[in-house]
Amino acid sequence: MAKTKVLERKPLSFAEKTFLPQIVTGLKTTFTSMLQKGVTLQYPEERPTIPDNYRGVPTLVKDPNGREKCVSCQLCEFVCPPKAIRITPGAIDTDAEPERAHVEKAPQEFDINMLRCIYCGLCQEVCPEEAIFLQDIFSLSGYSREEMINNKQKLYELGGTLPDKHFKWDKKKSAEAAGNAH
Amino acid sequence: MNIQSIVENITINIDGQDVEVPKGINIIEAVKMVGKGKEVPHYCYHPKLSVAGNCRMCMVEMGMPMRDRGTGEPILDENGVQKIGWMPKPTIGCATNASPGMHIRTNSEMVKESRNGVTEFLLINHPLDCPICDQAGECRLQEFSAEHGRGYSRFIEKKNVKPKRTTLGPRVTLDDERCILCSRCIRFSKEVAGDDVLGFVDRGTYSTLTCFPGKELSHNYSLNTVDICPVGALTSTDFRFKMRVWFLKRTHSICTESSVGANTEIWSREGKIYRITPRRNDAVNDTWMTDSGRVLYKAIESDDRLTQYTIEGVHKTVDEVAAAAVELLQAREVALVASAHSSVEEQFFYQSIAQRSGATVSLVSHYAEGDGLLLSEDRTPNLRGALVTGLIHQLPEREAKLEALARDINSGAVKTIFVVNEDLTKLGIHKEMLAKVKVIYVGTHANETSEVANVVIPSLMVYEKDGTFINQSFRVQRFKTAVPGPRGVLSDFHVLERIAAPLAQEKVAPLSIDDVWERMVSRIAQFDAAIRWSALPEEGVALDASAFLDLNFVESKNLKFDPVAFKETSAAPAETSATIATEA
Repeated sequence: MAKTKVLERKPLSFAEKTFLPQIVTGLKTTFTSMLQKGVTLQYPEERPTIPDNYRGVPTLVKDPNGREKCVSCQLCEFVCPPKAIRITPGAIDTDAEPERAHVEKAPQEFDINMLRCIYCGLCQEVCPEEAIFLQDIFSLSGYSREEMINNKQKLYELGGTLPDKHFKWDKKKSAEAAGNAH
Repeated sequence: MNIQSIVENITINIDGQDVEVPKGINIIEAVKMVGKGKEVPHYCYHPKLSVAGNCRMCMVEMGMPMRDRGTGEPILDENGVQKIGWMPKPTIGCATNASPGMHIRTNSEMVKESRNGVTEFLLINHPLDCPICDQAGECRLQEFSAEHGRGYSRFIEKKNVKPKRTTLGPRVTLDDERCILCSRCIRFSKEVAGDDVLGFVDRGTYSTLTCFPGKELSHNYSLNTVDICPVGALTSTDFRFKMRVWFLKRTHSICTESSVGANTEIWSREGKIYRITPRRNDAVNDTWMTDSGRVLYKAIESDDRLTQYTIEGVHKTVDEVAAAAVELLQAREVALVASAHSSVEEQFFYQSIAQRSGATVSLVSHYAEGDGLLLSEDRTPNLRGALVTGLIHQLPEREAKLEALARDINSGAVKTIFVVNEDLTKLGIHKEMLAKVKVIYVGTHANETSEVANVVIPSLMVYEKDGTFINQSFRVQRFKTAVPGPRGVLSDFHVLERIAAPLAQEKVAPLSIDDVWERMVSRIAQFDAAIRWSALPEEGVALDASAFLDLNFVESKNLKFDPVAFKETSAAPAETSATIATEA
């Protein structure tokens, strides 16, 4: 067994015995903080500013023309680690929406189970159509499990419209109209 | 099936490794035989179609041992080894046949360069529709673009616009922008389906796949063009936008449409089947199957599915139902109307039940016209199973009528009918006649017979259970459970054991399918004593058919089965047993 060496504690000096230096140092911190601007946020009344790259609740967005961007490729459903996303793919009805017929495909249903979501952002990263974004909503609550599953309509309400750099499908449509073939 | 042992083998050298391959095989197949995941990428080549050689993806470098042109003497290098004369340019693997001493490079710089070039050209006008393309996930262009593509396009001009969302036929949708002009679909329609309806029009980059004027791709094999399309140009209208293929689980199964027994793959996700595609079996169906066989699974979700064990219309447990059936069967004077839709295992149990209850067995024929390819005249998957298990000894009457049974009911000789999946009211036995007897009905779907039946036992469809079928050439083929059946419904042989065992005063045994096989191999001469269901090879086992050659089967010559030739080969027992030995 290892031998324990006992060290003698250094005896306290006179000033230390009075405790006054310690009290003064402590009070200095107290008074400095007292005079500074408060850092506590009065959450729910006050809200923090959310940085642009924040990973909040995943939402579906539309392009500036109000077009549904998601084409239900189901890559987000595939990549989602906790399997929170559930998509029912479907075809766009050519007769009902002729202006969108060239996109061919859109989700019939799009559910994200927020009880499962881990806010990892892989869905946003994998989306080839830039249709799903984790935006600034960070606080989510509900009274039932069903309420915590965001359906397609809710996701578009939460997502709103984001600027689009490409307008990929509009370009496709104009190319089709121009008929580049001979 | 034993072609490799008949054809002489030669040695060729692939990437520095000597390989034995059958003479005359092409380089794509030869490289595949090397294994280890080695593959020559290709689009237009298909093992079951003629070689077109138009995609240029399967470029390999080829060289032959050098010989002096004058004397024919081998030219040796300083080590005394024969020099290899490499061709200055790459050659296509699909149209290059292996010859002795041939040297092949599948991975040299030149080969890689040419593949990259081909890929870049193919992608010039490709629409990059992957997010909305059904082929994504099983697309050869997608795979090879990842391997051989450059990741961006140097083509800054406008892409070609071609017809999209074209309806080629009742089951096939065409997107011409995605087409890479491999011509597999054209060759398939012409060579296999025998309905030459597809062709290319226009030239150069404007080349477009289309149906000939006034024609449509409507033959019963049209969905095979979708299967062999290496890209998403031809897609199934039925499967269109239903589910991405990477979510789907594949289960090996057998098509129940006819006695051909086409090997299939069932694609399902979370207990729902999305599509059925053919699985390659060179002895049965090559790589094809009928369109009509692909939609049979839809009966799973039909409203008239039987889901409850009932006695006189009241829901009961499986044990109560089995006990009621046993009681009826023990009273004797039983007739069993068996089915050639049942699996071999079930027919084995029906045979025991018939024997133990002294039942007269009749089996109803389901004959229709065949198409000479993969739809035979017998529209049941397992008539041979009924013969092999001894359930029947003669073929059923050509006309689907149960006259003898009708007479027996009228004369009172039959008091109980055990019906398997047949509607007796359509077979000459009216409802009034059924009222005279007790009816035990086993089946998947409700019909007029099940409505009047005293005991109803719901059974599982082929997609929901394990089992085997014996096809037209006496080949035992295995199918596996793809999706769960209706809640609470047991696999058929579990229920049948609950009926068969008490009839012989035996205890009901908890059976696995291999246990059933253990019983079967001891009773059926055609089965090898060592074989079990779980050990059956994927391509099936050919049985000794010599005991059944006198029977006059209805099948005429079709894609892989010639009744005359089959009789001749099966009659020579030595050869047959040799075949079984090599395959088992």
